[in-house]
Amino acid sequence: MGSLRSLDPDKQVALLFAILFGTLMLVSTGAVLYSLRDRVGEAGEAWTRFLRDLRAAWVGTLLFWLAWLAGPIGATVLFGLFSFLALREFITLQHTRRSDHRTLILAFFIVLPLQYVIVALRHFDLFTVFIPVYVFFAVPVVSAMAGDPHRFLERNAKIQWGIVVCVYGLSHAPALLLLEFQRYEGRSAFLLFFLVIVVAVAQVVQELASRRLRRRPVARQISRSFSFRAWLIGAVVAAWVGAALYWITPFKAGQALSMAFVAAATGTLGEFVMKALKRDAGVHHWGNRSSVTGAVGLLDRVAPLCFAAPVFFHSVRWYFRL
Amino acid sequence: MSRAELMGLLLAFIARLITGAQGHWKGCPPTAQQRIYFANHQSHLDWVLIWAALPKDLRTMTRPIAAKDYWTSSPFKHWLTHEVFHAVYVSRQRTDDQDPLEPLVEALTSGDSLVIFPEGTRSNKGDPQAFKSGLFHLAEQFPDVELIPAWIDNVQRVMPKGEVVPVPILCTVTFGAPMHLESGEDKAAFLERARDAVIALRPRVN
Repeated sequence: MGSLRSLDPDKQVALLFAILFGTLMLVSTGAVLYSLRDRVGEAGEAWTRFLRDLRAAWVGTLLFWLAWLAGPIGATVLFGLFSFLALREFITLQHTRRSDHRTLILAFFIVLPLQYVIVALRHFDLFTVFIPVYVFFAVPVVSAMAGDPHRFLERNAKIQWGIVVCVYGLSHAPALLLLEFQRYEGRSAFLLFFLVIVVAVAQVVQELASRRLRRRPVARQISRSFSFRAWLIGAVVAAWVGAALYWITPFKAGQALSMAFVAAATGTLGEFVMKALKRDAGVHHWGNRSSVTGAVGLLDRVAPLCFAAPVFFHSVRWYFRL
Repeated sequence: MSRAELMGLLLAFIARLITGAQGHWKGCPPTAQQRIYFANHQSHLDWVLIWAALPKDLRTMTRPIAAKDYWTSSPFKHWLTHEVFHAVYVSRQRTDDQDPLEPLVEALTSGDSLVIFPEGTRSNKGDPQAFKSGLFHLAEQFPDVELIPAWIDNVQRVMPKGEVVPVPILCTVTFGAPMHLESGEDKAAFLERARDAVIALRPRVN
């Protein structure tokens, strides 16, 4: 580890990406070879799911790499764009009425860009309250101005929810890049990487564990695989992975362990919540199912991050008094 | 690259950013055959959406219909419809000596594809209105041109009547199987069949 620490931050990050892309390449090659075999029934379904996860890992890694290449401002713009696409997907699947039009314009073209401008300017105190305080107030005011009392609370709740998950949640990812630790300059990409890897590990381990354990699901109507034990196994394994990665973070091993646990536990629970939401909207995956071109189901990919990032960000800030 | 081409790329980009403008080619592949696309009409954005959903090489040969009096009333409108979209102009005032379909016939004779909205006007609620007879006459005169039904979904949510700023919501354009005028099929039956073909493409509600 000593020789690794003596490298300058840029080299360390470059090494990280080399390892990351190398691993993905190996797994993908293995997958191609394995796919030559025929599979039927449940195994086939699990295989499809695995391929989907693998593709998500590729997308995530590429995204992370782009964010690092683009620097703090570029990363903010990039995540702003992902916020936009995620919110677009979320709103598409909700039933909105004509009188919601102005409110949606507020959400997409005013709240979203402002939130990311505030991140880019590092006004973290305003950043954490802008949406929960000011936007929470502004949305129903604009809605009421439209003069349509029909299902008022429900319509507002949907839009507020979309804003909090897709804009507020996701904007914490670039915020991590911009957080300044003492003696940690130039390495904040690692912090985001730490979060992403921990959340991803928790998801994969939980998925494997629930398949192995075959426990009774907590909420059959929402997810047929989610059980407490699988969730806990996922979070604990992710916590240990986080602890093993402590040397790339500003944390000590024990701190890394607990931070990773918090992030992993919220990420997988967030995914569970998103499943409930999907059931409510009557879809299996976000994005267009019958899609041949274009739609990627972006929300599926970023949802765990949307939930984990704010909790992780705030616990880090609170603990280190940044 | 000319300014008109740049404008075209910009508009297609904006349409994709706001609506996704996904083309679902269910009944036919997107090939450069001569075609008449006919679709439901719910919004001013319908044409741009179909146009953005087409592959780039098909856009130059696929032309919309524009009302002459409105779309030539200012230099910019004229430039936009003529240079960017290569629109076919029709006049809304009926004159006795001129067939209103003549410009369309001219465009089809020269080998271009057309996009038409056979309802004639925008309908915001429920099923499309009854189709006007223009489609039938074109099908009669050009039996070799493929008639492609298309359903544009969700676009009324993007920009409801009276609003100017569009809201980002995913829209799809579903293209169906080509249809032709059957021998001996009368006008009413054909128009009904064409309308049913468009409605059949509507995505199932979850």
